[in-house]
Amino acid sequence: MVARRLGLGVLTLFVISLLIFGAVELLPGDLAQEILGQSATEETVAAFRRELGLDLPAYQRYLTWLGGVVQGDFGTSLANGRPIADLIGVRLGNTLFLALYAAVIAVPLALVLGILAALYRNSLFDRAINVVTLTSISFPEFFVAYILIVYLSQTGFFPSIARIDPDAGLGEKLYRTFLPALTLTLVVTAHMMRMTRAAIINLLASPYIEMARLKGLSPARVILKHALPNALAPIINVVALNLAYLITGVVVVEVVFVYPGLGQLMVDSVSKRDITVVQAAALIFACAYVLLNLLADVLSTLSNPRLVHKR
Amino acid sequence: MNGPTPVWLSAVYLVLVFACAVGLAAGFRGLLALAAPAGLARTLRSAPLTASFGLLVILLYFLAALFAPVIAPFGEREVVGGQFLPWDSVHLLGTDNLGRDMFTRLLYGARNTVGVAFITTGIAFFAGALLGLLAAVVGGWLDQFLSRTVDVLMAIPALIFALLLLTILGTSVVNMILVIALIDSTRVFRLARAVAMNIVVMDYIEAARLRGEGLYHLILREILPNAAAPLVAEFGLRFCFVFLSISALSFLGLGMQPPTADWGSMVRENATLITFGDVTPLLPAGAIALLTVAVNFVVDWMLHRASGLKE
Repeated sequence: MVARRLGLGVLTLFVISLLIFGAVELLPGDLAQEILGQSATEETVAAFRRELGLDLPAYQRYLTWLGGVVQGDFGTSLANGRPIADLIGVRLGNTLFLALYAAVIAVPLALVLGILAALYRNSLFDRAINVVTLTSISFPEFFVAYILIVYLSQTGFFPSIARIDPDAGLGEKLYRTFLPALTLTLVVTAHMMRMTRAAIINLLASPYIEMARLKGLSPARVILKHALPNALAPIINVVALNLAYLITGVVVVEVVFVYPGLGQLMVDSVSKRDITVVQAAALIFACAYVLLNLLADVLSTLSNPRLVHKR
Repeated sequence: MNGPTPVWLSAVYLVLVFACAVGLAAGFRGLLALAAPAGLARTLRSAPLTASFGLLVILLYFLAALFAPVIAPFGEREVVGGQFLPWDSVHLLGTDNLGRDMFTRLLYGARNTVGVAFITTGIAFFAGALLGLLAAVVGGWLDQFLSRTVDVLMAIPALIFALLLLTILGTSVVNMILVIALIDSTRVFRLARAVAMNIVVMDYIEAARLRGEGLYHLILREILPNAAAPLVAEFGLRFCFVFLSISALSFLGLGMQPPTADWGSMVRENATLITFGDVTPLLPAGAIALLTVAVNFVVDWMLHRASGLKE
């Protein structure tokens, strides 16, 4: 079961790499011509094509590219000719740091709020949370970010620009990146919390929960001991889905807070049409996304004994 | 606006705004119930306040988009004064970074941003639903082919995929519409196919097939009416996603191009004001958030009714 899922994951990664590489081939006309513009002479275009290796057949270029990527070599940037691995290295670390920071706040918060909402279902607390979460799901990330800047940065609590030194201490880093992390937290908590609540409420209708209630157990015990373990699979799934969402949400948030991460690099490269850098960044984001989904599937399989010990 | 308002004052504002919203929504619900024919009136009277608030907001946006040139005091691209003028009686909401009237541009934004989002959703929905229904009815290799293609396209996070495609195709409004329509049509396809799969196995479909009805009749006359409720709700949700993606891309400077008045770009262009404690740039972002919230409220109500949940 798990092995088959892992195999499928590897296949997905392969197809994604093919798609990201192949998308460029779909371009009507020629990449070199497109980048250099209409005014380029025949010779410049030809030289540029040779430099990019565009005169080789597509499958050969794909294999070279993939071989490099596996070894951590993403080729060179079209815009400034620097090796992409150098551009990405530190930024990838920054992005992962920010996403992890947000996840560490968001996941426990969402689980606790979700369980509380399920426990006090249809109370004023539950309804208030319902409206607040539905509202915050609908907010664009940059709206949340700027509201936080107005209220928490203008009043001097936190810096609105999250420029970090590579050698700053952890405390300093956490302080400087608090607002972007809080933005991401607010954006993903709502969905996770709603799904947790829904998963638990769904289970509360099952006969064994009624049995537990009739035994005279307290509502908290019914939920924590009887409902929660069975709700783990859907909850793990939604947590992973939202962590995956964090990875894309990070793009906009990084731009707002001028945070030196991979997302900002990608956006800059899109406007410069620096295709090789965008390909590399897209591949990394997509891999993280696929791996998180894979992890979710494996974990939710493991959390269910009926799936682990299949007849 | 001089400096940030104190937090307690904003809390008072928030409560006031909330009270006004509740009052307006209640009033609007009463008005609708009076104006609507008897059968519809009962449904409307039982609508939750959130839903009637949503309907009211959608109506207001629609009117703003329709009558923008009539209401707006200035031209969309007209430079009418100095840069970043404060709010006064002539320029209700001040002017933007190029000295254009903010209020006017907000109104035109309703037309441009919402219009483009609507067109994009329409394309995504038409293509996705049609192919999804077709895959369910025809089955076999067509279903396999379409479903696997969609699987591959959905394996990459939406925003990342959009950025990749925009790099390759170049950034323009038409490209953005096509790219987002393509990405979102995969989600519509999934839903349409899943819904139709449950209908295809019904006896009346079998009967229609035995009658010798063609594909066209099967899809439009037999399946579509029975799949309408979830598809309409999906249209609302899809619109929110498309609207948010378009705003995000425009905010990143990769969507709508200046000088078109568009809410996402307006936030980006005027973002510097926020660091001076002026909340004007929050208005277009708030306009985006408000519409998404409104649509979500209405969809939530429709789903609740369609599922027959009374809870």
